[in-house]
Amino acid sequence: MSSFENGWALTLIVFLPIAGAAVVLAVPKAREEAQKWTALLFAGVSFVLSVIVAMQFDYGDAAATQFGTRSDLTWIGAINSNYTIGIDGISLPLLVLSGFMTVLAIIYSWNHWPEPHNPKIFSALILVLATGMNGTFVALDLILFFVFFEVVLLPMYFMIGIWGDRNKIKVPVLGIETEMRLYASIKFFLFTLFGSAFMLLGFLTLYFQSGLETFNIGELAAGGLAEDALGNLAVWVFAALFLGFAVKVPMFPLHTWLPDAHTAAPTVGSVLLAAILLKLGTYAFIRIAIPILPEQAQDWAPVIGILAVIGIIYASFACLAQTDMKRLIAFSSVGHMGFVMLGISTLTDIGINAAIIGMVAHGVITGLLFFVAGSMSHRYHTRDMGRLGGNQKLMPIMGGILGFTAMASLGLPGLAGFWGEFLALLAAFNPLAGLSTTLFRTLMVLGAIGTVLTAGYMLWMLQKVNFGEPSDEWADHDLHDVDKYELAAWVPLVVATLAIGIFPRIIFGATTDAVTAMVQTVFGG
Amino acid sequence: MSSLLAFAAPLILATAEEEAGHAVVHYGDGGILAQWAWLIPVVPMVAAFAIVFFGKKSPLKGWGMAWGSMAFVAVYGVALFISNMIEGINYQGAVSIGDIGTDASGNTLGLEWGWMVDGLSIMMYTVVGVVGVLVFTYAKGYMEGDIRYTWFFASFALFGGGMLVLVSAPNLIQLIVGWELVGVSSYLLIGHYWEEHENTSAGIKAFLTNKVADVGLFIGAIIISLSVGSFRFTDIMEVVASGDTHSTLARFSFWAGVAIFIGAMGKSAQFPLHVWLPDAMAGPTPVSALMHAATMVTAGVYLVARMFPFYNTPGFADDVRWIIIIVGTLTLFLTGLIALVADDIKKVLAYSTLSQLGYMMVAMGAGAYTAGLFHLFTHAFFKSLLFLGAGSVIHAVHSNNMSDMGGLRKYMPQTYKTFMIGSLALAGIFPLAGFWSKDEILASVGFAGSNYTTAQGGAALGNFVLVVAIAGAFITAFYMTRAVSLTFFGEYKGHGHPHESPKIMTYPLIALAGFSVVVGFINIPGVTSFFTDGVAARFFAPGDHHATGLNYGLAVAGTLAAVGGIVIGYFLWFADKETQQERDKFRIPVLYPLLEHKYYIDDFYMDGIVRPLRGPVARAVDWFNGHVIDLVVNGTGVLATKVAKAVYWFDQKGVDGAINTSAAAASGAGGVLRLLQTGRVQQYVFLIVAGTVVLVAGFIIF
Repeated sequence: MSSFENGWALTLIVFLPIAGAAVVLAVPKAREEAQKWTALLFAGVSFVLSVIVAMQFDYGDAAATQFGTRSDLTWIGAINSNYTIGIDGISLPLLVLSGFMTVLAIIYSWNHWPEPHNPKIFSALILVLATGMNGTFVALDLILFFVFFEVVLLPMYFMIGIWGDRNKIKVPVLGIETEMRLYASIKFFLFTLFGSAFMLLGFLTLYFQSGLETFNIGELAAGGLAEDALGNLAVWVFAALFLGFAVKVPMFPLHTWLPDAHTAAPTVGSVLLAAILLKLGTYAFIRIAIPILPEQAQDWAPVIGILAVIGIIYASFACLAQTDMKRLIAFSSVGHMGFVMLGISTLTDIGINAAIIGMVAHGVITGLLFFVAGSMSHRYHTRDMGRLGGNQKLMPIMGGILGFTAMASLGLPGLAGFWGEFLALLAAFNPLAGLSTTLFRTLMVLGAIGTVLTAGYMLWMLQKVNFGEPSDEWADHDLHDVDKYELAAWVPLVVATLAIGIFPRIIFGATTDAVTAMVQTVFGG
Repeated sequence: MSSLLAFAAPLILATAEEEAGHAVVHYGDGGILAQWAWLIPVVPMVAAFAIVFFGKKSPLKGWGMAWGSMAFVAVYGVALFISNMIEGINYQGAVSIGDIGTDASGNTLGLEWGWMVDGLSIMMYTVVGVVGVLVFTYAKGYMEGDIRYTWFFASFALFGGGMLVLVSAPNLIQLIVGWELVGVSSYLLIGHYWEEHENTSAGIKAFLTNKVADVGLFIGAIIISLSVGSFRFTDIMEVVASGDTHSTLARFSFWAGVAIFIGAMGKSAQFPLHVWLPDAMAGPTPVSALMHAATMVTAGVYLVARMFPFYNTPGFADDVRWIIIIVGTLTLFLTGLIALVADDIKKVLAYSTLSQLGYMMVAMGAGAYTAGLFHLFTHAFFKSLLFLGAGSVIHAVHSNNMSDMGGLRKYMPQTYKTFMIGSLALAGIFPLAGFWSKDEILASVGFAGSNYTTAQGGAALGNFVLVVAIAGAFITAFYMTRAVSLTFFGEYKGHGHPHESPKIMTYPLIALAGFSVVVGFINIPGVTSFFTDGVAARFFAPGDHHATGLNYGLAVAGTLAAVGGIVIGYFLWFADKETQQERDKFRIPVLYPLLEHKYYIDDFYMDGIVRPLRGPVARAVDWFNGHVIDLVVNGTGVLATKVAKAVYWFDQKGVDGAINTSAAAASGAGGVLRLLQTGRVQQYVFLIVAGTVVLVAGFIIF
């Protein structure tokens, strides 16, 4: 086995971006072109490597960990935490997605620098973020996972806090007036940290109380030993993990950081937040919570399913009430992640498969939606849908892409978003044996009704923003249609949306065997 | 690539058997014609994309590509149609696009794109292709000078592609994909003139009404495919054909049948989900003709036909049949009445379409597979003719309202003549197409009424439905007489000088008029049975229960009803040309307001459902989000800072070190921030510190 396959490829994919960040920081502040090219180079190579890995990946054995390090590569010896990384069919699509979105974010940023500018620090933050995201998808050691999971926090916090929306808002309850970005960034940070604290607590309990004294996910999951050893403590461990992951997803009612963070974040921040960061939570459910604590997962599945569907319906109604375009898209993420969680909560291979393709599709589609919304608010200097209108006339290409993406987002069959939604509903009809079919079938019907509401708010959004006659307000504005950087960043997403929609095997080819094997191992088929 | 091609191999080259008792018929695989039939949906689809990207620069501005793709479908469809008449074709091909996992009994569920070439789909290819190419021809003239000429043809070609994806679907998934693709192209084309708020609202109404129905379709498709362990129609029908009433499918079949039918009710605009179709008339007239009359709206009927054995086999969803009949009956009668009071000529035709779709559903419910499809087939020709004729008139007088028309027969002789033929065909006058197909429906309802005297109260219901269906024939003739009178007779009431439309518009009218005369002859009971034999070519015996002979009693009754409608209509609107429009304003108390307000159903949906959900309910949820959940969140924030201070005060020793470290780290970060910007750094550095304190405290407490 070559060293490329033996951990080095993944290591490079994970750490090239952060190395790039260091190089970017070394470039003098004035030389912006050099900074941008450096960032693109490092992110690009990382992404290309992940594509090479995807091409060399043995799909016939997608359930096995591939490209991994030897598991005895000691990292923190004192707590038996090792540098264990690797990918299988479940993490591969997400790793590629992560690299893909990072590159597109950098391309988009080329001439879209939010105030207060400073491409140097901004690109460095994107690269640090990329390391965190990529790392989370390859980590097979809980401490390693935790570190990567937390690494993404800081860059995102700074992105929102510094480059975010400077409009003043009055915070309910606190009663203070502050800038949107300040409130949103702190809320984001503390919320996630709150969850992470419990998550870490869960990890530590697993380590100490399972008696296995290991953080290796595979070892903890093997034969359900850890869960058996935990005994009555298992429910608390699952609760702790649930809190940590559910905040990140985010699941109702832990979602309120998301609309604020998304609305306040600069465009690229929103895109990466939606496209990748939210997936860390759902991925962790699939990678950690279910395999290690399968019995708890079965006990908690109804709760997760119910919260997921509440999220779908609740978010749809919240969307209907929004006047701010970005906030609407943000709330729609809560709904879409509801479908992902519904799929996971069925604990079936179809459901989890639906969740993964739903994650990828949501990343591509909502990422694109945030790109477009960001570019529009950059031009109109407002996100108020009441003032927009006739965008299709003012900026036909932008309007067309927005229309396409909105259709993809409402789950139009033939485009990427459909598979995750439909198959999650499908899985809910026959959840894992032992789960209440009555409950899950009810959830299926409610989720299906949610698709109607989703279509409603998306179409009304299009009506307000794209259609009608433009208001006189914009008569004297120089509103140029999409520029070449925008096209360079968006066209790949449009193509991906179509490609996954028409040929979902792009994702299922990697995931199906892995998920089926996992469910077989964990729940005994 | 090679693995991809491996999956494209033909999956089933089956022979099928007719219903027990009939002669065993062996079908062919259609040879190369069937193997390449995947081009039928793909060509228009590719054309749609090509028009979007290259249409504006191409010499015909995109029309050429759209027309060419439909012409291809028409030629291919007719070739298949003829070939199917010679030897019945049963073929399906499929390409695997990914497995999604296993069902409860361990079957691997796979997703596929495929193409079905059998009697039913061939009939639909022919209708979509032939009517499509004529409408596309007409549209070149009608849309001349339109602000979004190229885009129009892109969307229209997308519709063509979507519709053909739908009818070529060999599995439920692909059917859903096509189903929603036609939905989205319908949305785009209804809202073609999106500068007007009304038009986009009509598009949204169409999309959402269909989406409501799609909840049914989704659930039905899920139940059926999981019960069978496959998405393929052939696998589903195999279970049905086995007659195993203890199968999972049989256990769930009532609810699955209802759910699928709800889906069909949306697309085929059945009462009470019919509300979107009249509003859909906001789209350009060629769209109304092809999509909202001839093809797209028949998708629901097509779906029931595709699932026909499931609905028609005892032990499966045969209980649902009576629901289908009742819904169809309500639709055909109630919507037909509204057509009497509409002033907009396109709305008259739209309500008429609803009514005819009701007939088709009644036939499907009555177990008359052939009769329902035959009416679908003939209706496609004469109703698209009527719409195109109306479009020609609208083109000339620049108004949709019949009160702005009148006397046009002198100005537009071609349009007038063809419109008359279409109207007579629709009214069911011998020997035009509508006569034959409507007669078959009446006969089959009578047949069903006398043959299903089951516990469901078959005979009584059958007779009732028969009476309503004959009354419907009367109403049809009545409102068409009114429309013809007000449009083509009397005095011209509009402005300007109306003139006949250009040849590119009148030639398609003439062609469709020709079809409206002759297509009925392919299935004259007891004489010809090309249609019956054609659509019977299926992978599974449909179990058709239509009457094979001409039922003279019903034929006479239906014809008398139609003639009666024409005669009374003649006296009401035609006889005195001077005062016809005054008489049209004659109001019958109670009934007129009820019809004018469309039974208040639209109002109820709007004021009772949509507005409350979009308004108070949505705002309440949003308020809850900001003031209840965030009360907890922000409240915790406030509390945390207070607790933090207290902890700091009480427990300096334990927490001291941690706080100092965190504070140092935080203020280090703060320093970075300060370099970058001039915001109020201290404020949030303080909050970071506070947060850190809470967390550290949390760890210690736990």
